[in-house]
Amino acid sequence: MIADFGFGVLVVSFLVTLYSVFAAIYGEVKKSAAMVESARRAMLLTWPLLTLTAGTLIYLLVNNHYEVQFVYEVTSRSMPTYLKVTAWWGGQAGSLLFWSWLMSAFASLVTLRNWDRDREFLPWVIVVACVTMAFFIGMNVFFENPFAQLYQTFDGINPFTFQPADSILFTPQDGRGLNPLLRHPGMVIHPPMLYLGFVSFVIPYAFAMAALITGRTDDRWIRITRRWTLWAWLFLTFGLVLGGRWAYDVLGWGGYWGWDPVEIAAFMPWLTGTAFLHSVMIQEKRGMMKHWNMLLIILTYDLVIFGTFLTRSGVLSSVHAFAQSAIGPLFFGFIGITLITSVALIIYRWAALKSETEMTSMLSREALFLLNNLLFMSILVVCFWGVIYPLISELFTGEKVTVGPPFYERATGPLWAALLFLMGIAPLSAWGHSTVKTLGRALWKPVVVAIAITIAIYVYFTNNIYALIGFFLVALVLLVTIYEYWRGAYARQRSQGENIFVAFWNLTGRNRRRYGGYIIHLSIMLMAIGILGIELFQKETQGTVTAGDSIDIAGYTVTYREVASWDDTPKGVNYTRAVVDVYQNGIYLGELHPRKDFYFDSQQNMTIPGNRSTMKDDLYVLLVDWQPISADGATLKIYVNPLVNWLWMGSLLFIIGITIAAWPDKDPEHVTVRADRQLKQTSAAD
Amino acid sequence: MKINKFVIGGMLILGAVVFLIWSATASTSEYFLTIDELNAKGSSIVDKNLRVSGAVIGDTIQYDAESLTLTFEVAHVSGDNAQLETEGGLAEALHQAVLDPSRSRMTVVYVGPMPDLLRHEAQAIVTGHIDAEGIFHADELLLKCPTKYEEAVPEQAG
Repeated sequence: MIADFGFGVLVVSFLVTLYSVFAAIYGEVKKSAAMVESARRAMLLTWPLLTLTAGTLIYLLVNNHYEVQFVYEVTSRSMPTYLKVTAWWGGQAGSLLFWSWLMSAFASLVTLRNWDRDREFLPWVIVVACVTMAFFIGMNVFFENPFAQLYQTFDGINPFTFQPADSILFTPQDGRGLNPLLRHPGMVIHPPMLYLGFVSFVIPYAFAMAALITGRTDDRWIRITRRWTLWAWLFLTFGLVLGGRWAYDVLGWGGYWGWDPVEIAAFMPWLTGTAFLHSVMIQEKRGMMKHWNMLLIILTYDLVIFGTFLTRSGVLSSVHAFAQSAIGPLFFGFIGITLITSVALIIYRWAALKSETEMTSMLSREALFLLNNLLFMSILVVCFWGVIYPLISELFTGEKVTVGPPFYERATGPLWAALLFLMGIAPLSAWGHSTVKTLGRALWKPVVVAIAITIAIYVYFTNNIYALIGFFLVALVLLVTIYEYWRGAYARQRSQGENIFVAFWNLTGRNRRRYGGYIIHLSIMLMAIGILGIELFQKETQGTVTAGDSIDIAGYTVTYREVASWDDTPKGVNYTRAVVDVYQNGIYLGELHPRKDFYFDSQQNMTIPGNRSTMKDDLYVLLVDWQPISADGATLKIYVNPLVNWLWMGSLLFIIGITIAAWPDKDPEHVTVRADRQLKQTSAAD
Repeated sequence: MKINKFVIGGMLILGAVVFLIWSATASTSEYFLTIDELNAKGSSIVDKNLRVSGAVIGDTIQYDAESLTLTFEVAHVSGDNAQLETEGGLAEALHQAVLDPSRSRMTVVYVGPMPDLLRHEAQAIVTGHIDAEGIFHADELLLKCPTKYEEAVPEQAG
């Protein structure tokens, strides 16, 4: 009954999105402002409707309504309430609904903005947002109904949306339960963050399409959506990092990123999105690259849809792809149609999107931005190639040939290095015109210092050539960025008579995008230090030990003390926990508790590492096996992951940086106009 | 002239990327095979980079904690999605594969911690090489348990 209600509201929201699409087009064609307004209100209605639908689903999840197939699949009685709520996005049907719900929230937000200056965009933004929403809600309505209930018929027990004839409702005693691997705080917020990132990229795309359709192809659409894009980027980045952190904490292989096809699927829109963020600046400042920006946002949008599909479809073998269904062709159809339509629109408006200025200097800021874009696109091509290579090879040679992590590491490594180098020199180059001489003058000091640092690293730490190149680039970017920051603050201190800290604060506040961007660059460097550390210097060892025995690794001594095993019946888990003492160069540091949990409902083990984390390295201890009878012996696997904490610290700083860059101004319209005027005056000096 | 230098620069980058992809593909690609395909190839693929998928037979799982050596057998499953669908989906296909004694089987050896997902009827995707005796030495072990995530309801679920 409650499930039928939920499905009913879902169908109503589907119809409302369709109405919104038609009303917007009709209103635009017939020049009826009332119709467009009606479409806008309909779109506003989708959020309350989908909230009601989602609320119904959560009610069913929390109250153990196992006659509903989805509830049966993702929850069980032993799960705590918060996990039952988050099981909403633990399966395919629920996560599609979750996608639609987020999308409706963003669509509602965007309708509430002040449209006075952009009336002509409104109907087309509604059309794009509602077509996207209708597609996802339609998936739920027609193919993946989260409210389908189990009915017993002569053919057995099967899920149905409507009760079939001669059947009785079937209510299992308990559900199957969420996969224990997904019962982790990181996994509870990782999908929402990723989805938030995915969904918020739809808004810039909608405005881009509106700009193409209406022919208002100046940079207005970019200015409107700048902050949307930044927030989208924040969520997507945060989602990716959380996924990495989850893998590090839960999967028990001492790593955080495995170049798994599903990870790549979430990573690809991040690459195009990052390229887009950079290249819109060229359009704003120089009126160039308009076709390119359109193309990037279109690609990002379709990669978002592709990513949603891959993470939830099971076409590729991976830890993540936990579902199979018949929705694949529909997704590909939708991607194909939107891609072709959008590209056709670019071609239609080709002449209007012509650049206002020409690129002249190879070392100008815009040329370096272009290069940055090309590098991001190259990484995208590598990723895409890796994902589709098995299909291509099968098509041409009849044999399925795949590529794994070594492929991605080898092919993208030099591209990442080139990107780091660009990050070092681009902030020093000027818009319009820059020569080797001007750039060299700005660059030589940081280069000399970076070389000195690299030599110090060579003498005291390592002679690994990749590490040295990496650390040189990191040092260069850090120096250049900090120098730029300091120079701005120093100038401000001189001219305004401010204390240096106040000057820093005000400098960032007055030019949030630029200095937020620098903070992001700094954070990427911290992350790079962490990645270099764990990728190039990870050490591992293993051993079977009895009480009192020790294993030595990289200056640490890990002494095994005991292991204990007990049941937590209400939670349906058996815990086995080892206690080890950790010493470093003879000094006692403390205990670690590597664990192995066994979940009865899903008959699955989960290995929880005992991890001691410092800025220098992580000591990551896994309990592999133990002797259950005497309980005095155990097998441990130990990793030492140097510098990996910098990766997590860097991602926190990254979030701070984006927040600064995306923070709303008091009066955005006003400030933008003023900034324009200032820019015209100072563009030569910048 | 102005256009030219950008075109040349672009070509250089394009060339570099193509080279990177080509060389990385050439040196790291792995044949993705089913066990039947592997057997058909005989000794020609000994010591090549391989990736093989199969259904884990639970009774054969042996783990030596001293040396962290894991040994198990996998049974042939089709690599073709359409074929899997006709067999009733991946979960059902894996189930049939381990029940059917006529399916070809392969022994896998892996050194490392016992993976949490390794169990009867899981799909194992192993990366490594095969020796002359037909033993597969896995460097990497990927496991997928369709039964655990989403599956059709069993006959007597309650």
